[in-house]
Amino acid sequence: MLRGTPFHERTAPLCQAQNWRRWAGYLAASSYELTHDREYYAIRSAAALIDVSPLYKYVIRGSDAVRFLNRVLTRDVAGCDMHQVMYGPWCNEAGKVIDDGTLQRLGEESFRLTSAEPNLRWLCDNAFGLRVTIEDDSDTTAALALQGPTSREILNNVSDADLDSLKYFRLAFARAGNIPVTITRTGYTGDLGYEIWADAQQAIRLWDILMDGGRSYGITPSGIYALDVARVEAGLLLIGVDYIPANRALIEARKSSPFELGLGWAVRLEKGFVGQEALLEEWQRGPAWQFKGLELDWNSLEKVYAEFGLPPELPMIAWRTSVPVYAGAAQVGYATSGCWSPTLKKYIALAHLRSAHAERGTSVEMEVTVEHRRKKAAARVVDLPFFDPERKRS
Amino acid sequence: MAAEKRYDAVIIGGGHNGLVTAAYLARAGKRVLVLERRHLVGGSAVTEEIVPGFKFSALSYVVSLLRPEIIRDLELPRHGLELLPLESTMTPMPNGDYLVRWADHDLTRRELYRHSPRDAEAYDDFGKLMFHLAFAMKSILGIVPPNPTSLNPKDLLSLLKLGKHYLGLPAEQFYALCKLMTMSAADFLDEWFETEPLKATMSASGVIGTFLGVRSPGTAYVLLHHYMGEIDGVFRAWGFARGGTGAVSESIAAAAREFGVEVRTEATVAQVLAKNNRAVGVALDDGEEIHARVVVSGVDPKLTFLKMVDPQHLPTDFLHAIRRFKIRGSSGKVNLALGELPNFTCLPGVGPHLRGAISISPSLEYMERAYDDAKYGNFSRRPYMDIIIPSMIDPGMAPPGKHVMSIFVQWAPFELNGGWNDEQREAFGNAVVDTLAEFAPNLKNAIIHRHVVTPWDMQEEYGLTQGNIFHGELSLHQLFFMRPVHRWADYRTPLKHLYQCGSGTHPGGGITGASGRLAALNILKDW
Ligand SMILES: Cc1cc2nc3c(=O)[nH]c(=O)nc-3n(C[C@H](O)[C@H](O)[C@H](O)COP(=O)(O)OP(=O)(O)OC[C@H]3O[C@@H](n4cnc5c(N)ncnc54)[C@H](O)[C@@H]3O)c2cc1C
Repeated sequence: MLRGTPFHERTAPLCQAQNWRRWAGYLAASSYELTHDREYYAIRSAAALIDVSPLYKYVIRGSDAVRFLNRVLTRDVAGCDMHQVMYGPWCNEAGKVIDDGTLQRLGEESFRLTSAEPNLRWLCDNAFGLRVTIEDDSDTTAALALQGPTSREILNNVSDADLDSLKYFRLAFARAGNIPVTITRTGYTGDLGYEIWADAQQAIRLWDILMDGGRSYGITPSGIYALDVARVEAGLLLIGVDYIPANRALIEARKSSPFELGLGWAVRLEKGFVGQEALLEEWQRGPAWQFKGLELDWNSLEKVYAEFGLPPELPMIAWRTSVPVYAGAAQVGYATSGCWSPTLKKYIALAHLRSAHAERGTSVEMEVTVEHRRKKAAARVVDLPFFDPERKRS
Repeated sequence: MAAEKRYDAVIIGGGHNGLVTAAYLARAGKRVLVLERRHLVGGSAVTEEIVPGFKFSALSYVVSLLRPEIIRDLELPRHGLELLPLESTMTPMPNGDYLVRWADHDLTRRELYRHSPRDAEAYDDFGKLMFHLAFAMKSILGIVPPNPTSLNPKDLLSLLKLGKHYLGLPAEQFYALCKLMTMSAADFLDEWFETEPLKATMSASGVIGTFLGVRSPGTAYVLLHHYMGEIDGVFRAWGFARGGTGAVSESIAAAAREFGVEVRTEATVAQVLAKNNRAVGVALDDGEEIHARVVVSGVDPKLTFLKMVDPQHLPTDFLHAIRRFKIRGSSGKVNLALGELPNFTCLPGVGPHLRGAISISPSLEYMERAYDDAKYGNFSRRPYMDIIIPSMIDPGMAPPGKHVMSIFVQWAPFELNGGWNDEQREAFGNAVVDTLAEFAPNLKNAIIHRHVVTPWDMQEEYGLTQGNIFHGELSLHQLFFMRPVHRWADYRTPLKHLYQCGSGTHPGGGITGASGRLAALNILKDW
């Protein structure tokens, strides 16, 4: 039996659909209700409560903490303000991405780093000779994401934090009920939202406080199906789906650099970090691949299906397979995630494209399988994110 | 006098169709002005905060047929349109039981099975048939109706294509379509189902906006419309616009403005100006004249041709046909601000059933009796009601912990015995609340505010002649190439440079934008 998260006692009875999946060795609900629609819409129109405890979490302390993290992450950690949160990747010496996550500056010399895969060994190896301690508190820290337009009101109601003044990618220490929590204004949905970090011992009480306080604001426990659609709309990478961690890739071709993943903005080349040399070189020559959005052309899609007497059949659950992308007869890339966007009313996909075909507005074609046949539907290359509401930052 | 500004097009009425026409014209580079009588745009698709903190979708309340090509062309999601699903339909029954159709197929089947194992299976077969028919009919929603008596090759070609399309249907579907066109909703559903609350609830969509009962022939056809929204995969069944239906209009208006459209509210058009048998502009009720190359009317055909255009510009037979156009109002609306949620005796407590539609339609007989009252000039004493609780879907519609309820009511005849007045409005509101309270006894005490809209109010406040919600009844003889009248179903009118773009034209009422878009395309063709 896989492990339940610290919230399992509450989430298990809510999971009507009984469709659990694995997430880092924990049970995670794909959806709570029988269909995931409402859980998705909660993210965009009310508030979704998502158990994100399976994330790996490391607390890094010590007088060399900044030096250490600046050496590991591609971002400029020295420029990370107190109580700021930074998102970014980290790379191996060859400049290929190992993982990505958020870094919270909890204090002058203390940080919390989250990741999707276990990274303790990599972190420790890089800390050699530095005055830092790295503590894996993955199991002892529970985490919830509260995402959606009413999330701020809910947290204002149940905690003593002043959420109105908490800016995007900043954190606050607060109490919810009597429970000490860290609230970060972060999330994986591209919407207004927060993540709440607390001692796992307090998890059940925290869940109850949020659910009670959120009732009048449409709070809805939401699973991975809903989250996945939202993160595709937000153009956010999923490790193991949109890219393979460099230390797990069996062949060189499966590895990606930050530039190839659309994370060039998170690379600070002159500061000195693992992989810098390789990345500098890549930067000078220009990356071979880019990570972009595709918007499928509706008329073309309709035509492809009409050949078989069908209306377009749309993926309401995001797919996570590799789908070829063409320019004429030549394959110029592959899409790795895609779904029907209920908010944008568009069929969208995240794709790796050869740089020559990656410019915004470029016309390409994506493979779609209709009635067991491989067809191509026209698509347009767009910048990410697809969906970027003002409320996310305001 | 406004600075002598020349417009290419002036649109009468800022309903959603008028706004769609404006946006498409401006997108094609035209200078467009929209004139709206009220203080806000949207017409029948508006959100109004009648009590502070409580937002009412004052008239229309759900969206299903908004044309996907309009959503795409005008990029409405970018302009703020968000559609949320309305997933279930509950019909409370007088015996204390209920029938709910859920979003989940298995749940619905199990629920139907409880009432009738036969119906549980028939329901899937019925759904499949309707899907095929709707898929076949869908094409006519997107085309300008051809004139069947014209020898114009374009009309002939279009007719030929349609004919081929329908004759090409498999026999089972073709005959079903013939039945839909001729039968009553009740008879058609009787052929399929035996569960009364199921038949009654489904039959309602055949009579909404008409002055007909569920046993009146021809009402079966409109059932199809319910299935059309699903086909494009854009909406699942009926949806709710975040922020209320006004948000649909607001998003269209935002798109229109981005294309350069000017919108003036509190500007009432009194007259269409004409010279040499062509429309040349409009005059407002304060005498201001606004000139434009074309005038497009987004108000209903009666208002347009009987009130705004000088009869000397119109042929007698046309005027005659317009006068006979059936536009009898038959619906009312009651919006409630609630201190707490209704507690239904049949399914007590707060549950997912409160997030969907609630239909007061326990049996076909109930429906027909409700209509009987109206036939003889009374509002239904125990009316059919289609209810949603928007604040359960979008918490922003009411203050935290409080709620709004939207109740669409049929029948309420425009021609009420003794006429509509404040007293009758209250009596009508009471009939609605009393009937609903039979199923949810806490309702009366939960009401903070009651906003009752009668067909008379719809005419006086919202500019709908006789309070007809669709600018003319959606009955078969008033559809397609006969909407609003034969020969003039292509958005053109006998007065050159005057066009129509409202729900009184093909494909008719509902928040579809289809009339507005097709009108614009034809106007541009003539340019
Ligand atoms: C009670 C009710 C419930 C409904 N429910 C639904 C529903 O749930 N779902 C659905 O899809 N459809 C529904 N409908 C139908 C739908 O709302 C209408 O068919 C549609 O909104 C009509 O749009 P329109 O632009 O054609 O006309 P309108 O919205 O009627 O627009 C006409 C505009 O013209 C303005 N106007 C009138 N006179 C003048 C003048 N002299 N000068 C300037 N401006 C003028 C009006 O103020 C109005 O803004 C409902 C309608 C009603 C009334």
